[in-house]
Amino acid sequence: MSRIAARFEELRRAKRKALIPYITAGDPHPSITVPLLRALVEAGADIVELGVPFSDPMADGPVIQRSGERALKHGVGLADVLRMVGEFRRADSTTPIVLMGYANPIEAMGTTQFLRTAKAAGIDGVIVVDYPPEECAEFSAAAKEHDIDPIFLLAPTSTDKRIHDVARCGSGYLYYVSLRGVTGAAHLDLSDVAARIPKIRAATHLPIGVGFGIRDAESARRVAETADAVVIGSRIIQEIEAGAADQAVSRVKAFLKPIREALDASFTQ
Amino acid sequence: MRMYDLPDERGHFGPYGGVFVAETLSHALDELREAYAAARKDPHFEAEFRYELKHYVGRPSPIYHARRLSEQCGGAQIYIKREDLNHTGAHKINNTIGQALLARRMQKPRVIAETGAGMHGVATATVAARYGMECVVYMGSEDVKRQVQNVYRMKLLGASVVPVESGSRTLKDALNEAMRDWVTNVERTFYIIGTVAGPHPYPMMVRDFQSVIGEECLAQMQEMSGRQPDALIACVGGGSNAMGMFYPYLKTTTRLIGVEAAGEGLETGRHAASLCAGKPGVLHGNRTYLLQDANGQITETHSISAGLDYPGVGPEHAWLKDSGRAEYVAVTDEDALRAFHDLCRKEGIIPALESAHALAQAMKMAPGMPKDAILLVNLSGRGDKDMHTVAERSGIKF
Repeated sequence: MSRIAARFEELRRAKRKALIPYITAGDPHPSITVPLLRALVEAGADIVELGVPFSDPMADGPVIQRSGERALKHGVGLADVLRMVGEFRRADSTTPIVLMGYANPIEAMGTTQFLRTAKAAGIDGVIVVDYPPEECAEFSAAAKEHDIDPIFLLAPTSTDKRIHDVARCGSGYLYYVSLRGVTGAAHLDLSDVAARIPKIRAATHLPIGVGFGIRDAESARRVAETADAVVIGSRIIQEIEAGAADQAVSRVKAFLKPIREALDASFTQ
Repeated sequence: MRMYDLPDERGHFGPYGGVFVAETLSHALDELREAYAAARKDPHFEAEFRYELKHYVGRPSPIYHARRLSEQCGGAQIYIKREDLNHTGAHKINNTIGQALLARRMQKPRVIAETGAGMHGVATATVAARYGMECVVYMGSEDVKRQVQNVYRMKLLGASVVPVESGSRTLKDALNEAMRDWVTNVERTFYIIGTVAGPHPYPMMVRDFQSVIGEECLAQMQEMSGRQPDALIACVGGGSNAMGMFYPYLKTTTRLIGVEAAGEGLETGRHAASLCAGKPGVLHGNRTYLLQDANGQITETHSISAGLDYPGVGPEHAWLKDSGRAEYVAVTDEDALRAFHDLCRKEGIIPALESAHALAQAMKMAPGMPKDAILLVNLSGRGDKDMHTVAERSGIKF
């Protein structure tokens, strides 16, 4: 069983909801990423999504764009990100790490080389934002051969056919993008989430994560009423950039704590 | 030759093209693909497009035999397709009319566009005014500074111009920002992409709308000289004027030559020649040749002509390069400038710096060819917008 499947199985038994924070590798400085990953786990993260900086992050809003730009200033590339995960793995062999990024850095490294190195570094899943299922059948199959889960996005505009297609080729979990727009946009539509998740659940046995637009304990709790996992990205990045870099770790921990508590208070039995 | 029927239904030209977008955009593209397929089958849509090209744009644009320039070169005869005589002064309007008509058909009251030098922005603002649509143009903040006059032109035409502060603050970032706007506002917004790049169906759709250029060339060359040219020559940034000219010629034996911007020289790294010096990757929704570093980050480009300053290229050009049907070369800033001045002095035509790249290539080839050979250059735009750039190069300040 993959680390992601094992983690969701554990959560299911404990009747807990997964908290999945997102950070961009190398932001605000490459030396902070590994300590930050550890801090996220200490603050209650069940899985971590780690962003790979890209020069042209088409699907991201201003907050995550800025974090990518800060990382790129230090020249952080995909190979560096994989090394950071390898370092994190030395002290943590159970928390799943999911890489999130765009296709071009992966293709520039070469997909086989990427998957091999990613597996060795301890990567468990990969979300390639601009690889819809139709364009990456080969990549997804190769990822699975390397025991790396290809994780796909679904949107409010996804048709039933797409939900089925995505459910069929994805593994690990499905990621429902809860709004029309880019990351960090303000308008999370909770009634849409409540209406869509059962539809997606009917098409898949995979756990369902919801992200984009979740900003605090209350919105996380509401989303978790229907979803298995809550993904938080832009708000964490805002904590990182809110003050001195060396205090970023403690700010992020302080931000996540009430969210973890709210999720546990509402759902643990 | 095998019948050419690309792209396939998912927009692939061999390994290039496709739909490499986030899930949030898939639905918008599905909707666009269906609407465009329906429009193409509708004779009323075609008739209105043709009517607008004739009465609003002023088509057909003439082909002109540049006799004095040909004499100077002392070889092949250079002919020029005068896209610079179109309304708004470039080929861009052919495509913006097509897409605006489609937007109206899809009942989208708002159009958005990305622009680099501002020519596509102006062409979009123009048709938005013509059809009574709200118009927002995204433009890198660096470009906003460099192209003050075009920014003002767009505003005169009623468009809002949004400076983009992310990334390298140029065309590619404007495209990213326009995509973000589209994802967010897709219900009432149509995104008018200016070149043969982006996710399917854009490369095909823009090619189709621009194909009027090549169709006219086929008829006009037959009429003027009783035969087709030995070679077509067009500049390639994203590649819309070249694709529009080449496409109807794919079935012929005429050589097709695309000219990229070699900037300060390919060896300096300061250029915008994705096909000549890049390698395949994924950007802006399609797989194509890209200028990128070892980490797969898209690199900044350089060209004296802002319209060629793009790190990617249309996927159909990538395919035509690999298949060998078209050839791609690069011309430096310096050679383009020389051709610019030659055309001014010899023919009384001030070309856009983009088009001057194609002209420079023709002037390189002509001397080695017989006097009855014919080179047809696409003069994709006029040079008024480049006065500042050219004057500055000559040490003149207005």
